[in-house]
Order: sequence, then structure tokens, then C-alpha cells
Amino acid sequence: MKFALYIGCNIPARLKQYESSARAVLRKFDVGVTDIREFNCCGYPVRNMDHTAFVLASARNLALAARENLSVISLCKCCFGSLKKADHLIKENAALRAEINRILEKEGLKYDGDIEVKHFLSVLFHDIGIKTLKEKIEKPFSDLKIATHYGCHVLRPSKIVQFDDPVVPSIFDQLVEVTGARSIDWPMKLECCGAPVWGINDDLSMRLTEKKLADGDKAGADYLCTACPFCQMQFDTVQQMMRSGRSTDLQLPSVLYPQLLGLSLGIDRDLLGLEMNRLSLQGIEDFVRVPEAVET
Amino acid sequence: MFFTVSLYVALAVFGLGLVYKTSTWFRYSIGIEAEKIPTSVRISAGIKGIAASVFSAKIATLIKVFVLDVILQIKILRQDFLRWLMHICIYIGFILLLLMHALDNFVSSALFTDYYSTINPFMFLRDLFGAMVILGVAIAVYRRFILKVPRLETNAMDYYAIIILAVIMISGVLLEGAKITSYTEFQIMMEDYAGLDDEAAIEALESYWAEYFGVVSPNVKAPFDEDVLSQGQEIHEESCMDCHSRPQWAFAGYAVAKISKPIALALDRAQSATILWYIHFLACFIGLAYLPLSKMFHIFASPLSLLANAVMQKGKSDPANIATRQIMELDACTHCCTCTLNCSAGVFFEHFPNTNILPSEKILSIKYLAAGKPLSADELRHIQEGVYLCTNCSRCTVACPAGINLQDLWFNVRESLLQKGYPEFFALSPLSFYRGLMKEDADKDTYQKPLDQAREAIADTCELMKIQDKILSLSGIDPGFKAGLSRSDQADTFLACFGCETCSTVCPVVASYDNPRAALGLLPHQIMHSCGLGLKDLALGSNMLWYCLTCYQCQERCPQGVSVTDILYELKNAAVEQVKERSNQEKPK
Repeated sequence: MKFALYIGCNIPARLKQYESSARAVLRKFDVGVTDIREFNCCGYPVRNMDHTAFVLASARNLALAARENLSVISLCKCCFGSLKKADHLIKENAALRAEINRILEKEGLKYDGDIEVKHFLSVLFHDIGIKTLKEKIEKPFSDLKIATHYGCHVLRPSKIVQFDDPVVPSIFDQLVEVTGARSIDWPMKLECCGAPVWGINDDLSMRLTEKKLADGDKAGADYLCTACPFCQMQFDTVQQMMRSGRSTDLQLPSVLYPQLLGLSLGIDRDLLGLEMNRLSLQGIEDFVRVPEAVET
Repeated sequence: MFFTVSLYVALAVFGLGLVYKTSTWFRYSIGIEAEKIPTSVRISAGIKGIAASVFSAKIATLIKVFVLDVILQIKILRQDFLRWLMHICIYIGFILLLLMHALDNFVSSALFTDYYSTINPFMFLRDLFGAMVILGVAIAVYRRFILKVPRLETNAMDYYAIIILAVIMISGVLLEGAKITSYTEFQIMMEDYAGLDDEAAIEALESYWAEYFGVVSPNVKAPFDEDVLSQGQEIHEESCMDCHSRPQWAFAGYAVAKISKPIALALDRAQSATILWYIHFLACFIGLAYLPLSKMFHIFASPLSLLANAVMQKGKSDPANIATRQIMELDACTHCCTCTLNCSAGVFFEHFPNTNILPSEKILSIKYLAAGKPLSADELRHIQEGVYLCTNCSRCTVACPAGINLQDLWFNVRESLLQKGYPEFFALSPLSFYRGLMKEDADKDTYQKPLDQAREAIADTCELMKIQDKILSLSGIDPGFKAGLSRSDQADTFLACFGCETCSTVCPVVASYDNPRAALGLLPHQIMHSCGLGLKDLALGSNMLWYCLTCYQCQERCPQGVSVTDILYELKNAAVEQVKERSNQEKPK
């Protein structure tokens, strides 16, 4: 198995622990990843302004992967959604495809829609598989209640992203439960984290985040779990900023999925970057079941 | 005399330029906060900061950076071996030429008691160093003009740097070649050092030098008689040999001498050696005098930038020193375009015709901005768009071989430009996510302003939104509008909307407000309906567009298969297009 790893813009700048933990997990299961240095922005941030610019940016990434004949793993759900959407448009819309390829041609690139784009979670679930994951679990959690946050752009529009059932998805829950943790039911599981309007309408963004935090807390979650830099920064950095600006005692820290899985796989905690999260993950290791206790 | 005068003039201009440029580091400023710090404070903070860094544990970091990044230039090597080779050749070659050749009276003579430029190893080394620089310049030309890397921009300053280096080096090699063949030079030297009167002896030495030292003589011609040559050799060993190695060692000049042999006499008569000498030293002096104002100033500023950035940190270092550093960084930029080649947003330049999207060009504009050059509204808007169209991925900063903290530069320029009042529509995109994360660093009073301004500018173009009684005449219908919604493959699905309001019911944004109509304008189902009616102003004028999370709940749940979210995307595009068109029309022609 070999993929091109698409880390996007936020992760290398602000969420390095996501990259290092995801790489460590993939290595553990012998999933080879190639880094394509020329990868650029997925286009998601300019989609509000200009459709063609968005498709161009995504298509260039796909063309670069196509040149290496590699499928793409995205760690970010917004990048994933954008790449999938652009791939779909390029396949469906011949005029757009020609327009984009005319620009890409200047760099000797071309994209006709033949590259598979996968989210990191899909690779774990479909390519590695729950069974293989389970075999490598060394330090399972017990009594750890996780509020699994799916993230919008991996689920919807379902016809295009085709990640999981958009109404009753289960992939992420199953992946969380592999670690021994319990993926709890919480009504707002599939709702937006609020990140897309952070910086545009902060008040609205915080309302959405607060609602989710309150809901997760009410459902008894110990931690949120994400697999997207936007969602993670919203629940980590922005939650921390919210606490300083708002009157709320509620704190529900968020753990990145490869950090959670990595702990149960016994991966070196430095690689998982637990200390790099803004809201402390200190307590999470207390939920690791002591091996002796299992035997007795 | 002329040489000395021009040297001192060049040195004086160089010195003044140096003082002037260094003073700008403390006088100019970038960003709202930096403007508030007076020059005097910055100078004293600078002195304190340097002292505090040098006399502390930071000295270890400084030494490490000096060796790895300044001397060995590992940052360039990490990017591209060819570019590293290019730069190492130019700068090592040039520094060694400067020390050994240009400053030979002060350096070479002082270090080596038997120094003569015409004996080995010095003669060979001079050509070796010269060849290194020429190789470097050749790679630079290849990279800039033959490779044609997309988005690698070349400007007048890059041409200047390549040309001045090329002129200095090529004139030097030609001069050497001309002097090897020159009969005039030979005569002068012979008179000064051999003092021969005997015709036969003169002929013998001339023949020997024509045979072995490349002199082209009008009097003697090969093949030479063995006896004449051996007599010439005797005189040579007596008078010349101590100061002259065989010219083949000066391989570059010797090659020129060989090639120019057929026309060497004519060249000598035309005093080519003297002319080339003037060209050579004048080019050097021009290069020296203009250095502080050219991109060659980076030889001072780039090492400083690398060192300063190694020990400085936002939030920890004195803001006065950061303000100074940011201006110094503008001089550290060599326009090598490493930032642009690494830029995650660079691809957008292929679609938006604004060079300020490219970091290497953005920094040039910021130089003008910092120097207080009067810029037109259009230019300011372009720079603002350029600094906003940045994903803040830090790749430019990580890659910059001069160690410039570009990301902080963009941040400060962005915040200060946004206050000039030109609406920035990219502020209404997820590009603002980073600005939101950094809001504790931004001015609290001015943080919100650009966001309101951009939304208001868009709403301002939508007349129907301003009508209070909401009884609309059909005159607002734009017949081309419906057909124009075609960017996305499924945008026209709004035609199937039967007004069930599912989209608005499931929308988390709508659910976040007690009075959504007041906060959002039209709700999603109303916007779909407006599209169906061709009421462009209503479709484009709502805050709903900009507060949409693009969570796709509406689209997923629509029983009629309307691509609500995609249509909202499309309307956002159309709204920005419309406001840009209007502002272009309003511009005085």
C-alpha cells in the first residue's frame, strides 16, 4: 500500500502533532506514504470567492498525484471534501476540465479524474481494517467515553464524498471503539464544529461550538475525538480562547484520532504530541487498562 | 589618478548608502503596533537586544546558524542542489577574489611574503575563483531564462545583479587574456625588468615569450630557432621567471589569449588591455557604490536576518526589535523566489491576475509600502488582496534561505492595510480562520471592522434588500441571472424547489438565532425561491451567504434534490463578481 500524503496548510503550521501521530500510525501498519512537495492549497478557502480558482487548486494537487500514479490520503476533512468535489467536477464537466487542463499544461500537468482520494479514517477502516487494527492494540482503554465528531465535509454531500452513511455513519465510531474506548451516543454528533465561520462571524462560530461542547458533556463524554485540523483547532485552540472570553466552566478537551489510537497501539507519546494540544490530555492515559488487571 | 579618485568616490557613495539603508531599519515600520514605536527607542532596544543575545547562551545558537545557514547555506541546499551550487560558487568565488585579488595589497601581500599575482598558486587560484563565479552566474542565467519555472518572476534588479557580476567577471578574464597576448605589455615589462639593449637578446626573449607565454609579437614568428629559444630562456630565467608562472595556469585568460591570437595585434594596437582594465575596475566600483541600494545588499542583511530570526520570537522579544527586524528583512530578500516556489497559494496566481499573491512579489510591494511611497488605491487593493490570499501555512517562512519570517510580515501588513478602508472580500472566506486564531494579537477595536465592511459593500450593491415594506415589483427580475448560475454542475437544481423549508429547518446557522431574519436576511429556502424568481438582489444580498457553514445539511436533506449549499457557494461567487464589477464601473476613466 502506498499513498501520497496530503497534509494541507493548517497541519504543518499549527497542528504538527496530527501529522506526526498519523504518520506513526500508518508506519505501524506498513502503509507507505510519499510526500509531494509541490502540493498546494486544496482550494477550499477560496471557494466562497471563485469556483474556478477552487477547482484549479484542487485539480493541480490531483494532477501531481496522478503524475506519481498514487492515491491521495487527506488528513483534513475540508481538504478531502474539496478534492473529492473537484475530482467529481473534472469528471463530469468537460468544459471545466479543458479550462483547468489548459492552465495545468503550463507546468506539464494534466488531470482527467482518475485518482482516488481517501480520508485518513477510510484508509484505517477499509485498507487496514478493524481486525488488523485490533491485533496491534497493546494498551486498550477502559471506561473512556469518547464523543466522536464526524465532521461535515467527510459525510456530506454524500453522493460525492461517499465516506459513510450520511445519516447513520459508523466508521469513526468503530475506529474509536477499536481502542477499547466507548463511542457514546450524542445528539449533535453529526453537526458542524463552527470552524468554517471562525474569523468571519466569531459569535456564531462560538455558539455552534458551545452547543456541541454542552451536548457532548451532557452525554457524559470525557473527550471529543476529531480527525480534521479545522475541527480540532476549533475544539482545542478556539475552545481555549472562548474560555478566556466567555463565562463558561465547561471544558471538553479534544483528542485527535491518531493520538487516541496511537496511545492504545503503544506508540511513543512524543510522536503523538500529546503535550502540543492546548487543552490538556493529561488524564487520558489514566484510562489505559493495566495489562495485569486484564489477567486477573 | 582616475583609478584612485573613482575608488574613493565609490567608497564614499557605498558608505553613504550603507548609512542610509541601515537608518531605514530603525525609521521605517510595518504594521499598526510598530508605527507607535519611535526610532530612538528602536535603536536603544536594538543595541540592548544584540548585547543580550551575544553575551548569553544564545551565542551557541548564533554560531550554529552562522556556520550552517550563513556559511554553508544548508537552507538553499535543502531546496535544490543546483541553486546551492550556483550561490556557493558565486559567493565563495567572489569573496576569495575580493580578498586575494582586489585587496591583494592588504590581504595577499600581508599573508604571503612572496605574493605576485602572476605566479602560482595565486595565478591559478585567481582563475579558479573567477571560473567559480562565472559558473554560478551561468547557472543563474539558466535558471531564470532557460528553465522557465512557472511563477518564478525575474525583475530589473535580478537582471542588474546578473549583469554587473557578468561584466566584472568577463571583463576580468578578457583583460587577463589581452595582457597575455599584449606586445605593449611585454615591451614595458622587458624595459623595466630585463633592461636589454642588444637586438639579438631582445629577439631571443621575445621569441621565447611568443613560444611559451602567449605573447603575440609583430616582429618574431614561429617556428623559432632552438638556439634563439635557449638564449631567450636564459634571459627569461634571469629576469622574468621569479615573477611569472606559465600562462596556461591562468586557464581562463589563457583560453581567451589562444582564441584571440589571430586578432591580438590589432587588439593590442587598439589598447584593448587598457580599455578592459577601465571596464573592469569601473564595473567593480559601480557595483560597490550601488551595492547598498541593490539586491546585493543582502550580503549584509541576509546573514543578519538569519541570525536575528534564530534568537528572536514573537511574544518574547522586544516589539521594538521585531519592528526593526521586519524592515531589515525586506533588505535581506534576494528575490530568489524560494517562497513563491513553495507557496501553497501560489497556484491562485494562475487564475487571479495579481502578482501580489506570490510572496516574492508581495515583499517587493511591501518595500514600497514601508518606504512610504505613494501608492494608488488600486495598488493598495492589490497588495491587500495578495496578503489576504494566503493560507498561512508558513511554508514561505520555513523555506526562506534568508531566514525571513514572512508569515509575521504578512500578518502585520494585512492588519494595517485592512484599516485603510478598502473592503476585502477574501475576509469573508475560511482564509480568515487564521486571523480569528490570531485575534488576541490584533487590535480589539479594529478586528471586526473589515468583516463588516466587506459584507456591507456587497449588500450595498443589492438595492432590493434595502426596501423596507418588502412589497416587491417585478422590475427587480434579472432574466439572465437564472441562466447565469452555472458554475457548479448542479447549480440549476433550485428550479426544483417547492418551498418546503426543510433546508432552513435543518440549518444550524438559522437555529443559532432567536430572530434569524434579522441576523441573516433571507433564509436558505427564501434564497432558493429568489433564484427561481430571478430576483438577483435578494439572492445575493443576505448575510446568510457569508454565515453559511457549508455543512451541507440542507443539501443532504432536501427532498427535491436541490443542491442548496452549492447554490449558496455559487451566489457568493456571483455577489463578489457583482461588487467588483460595480467598483470597476465607478472608477473614473
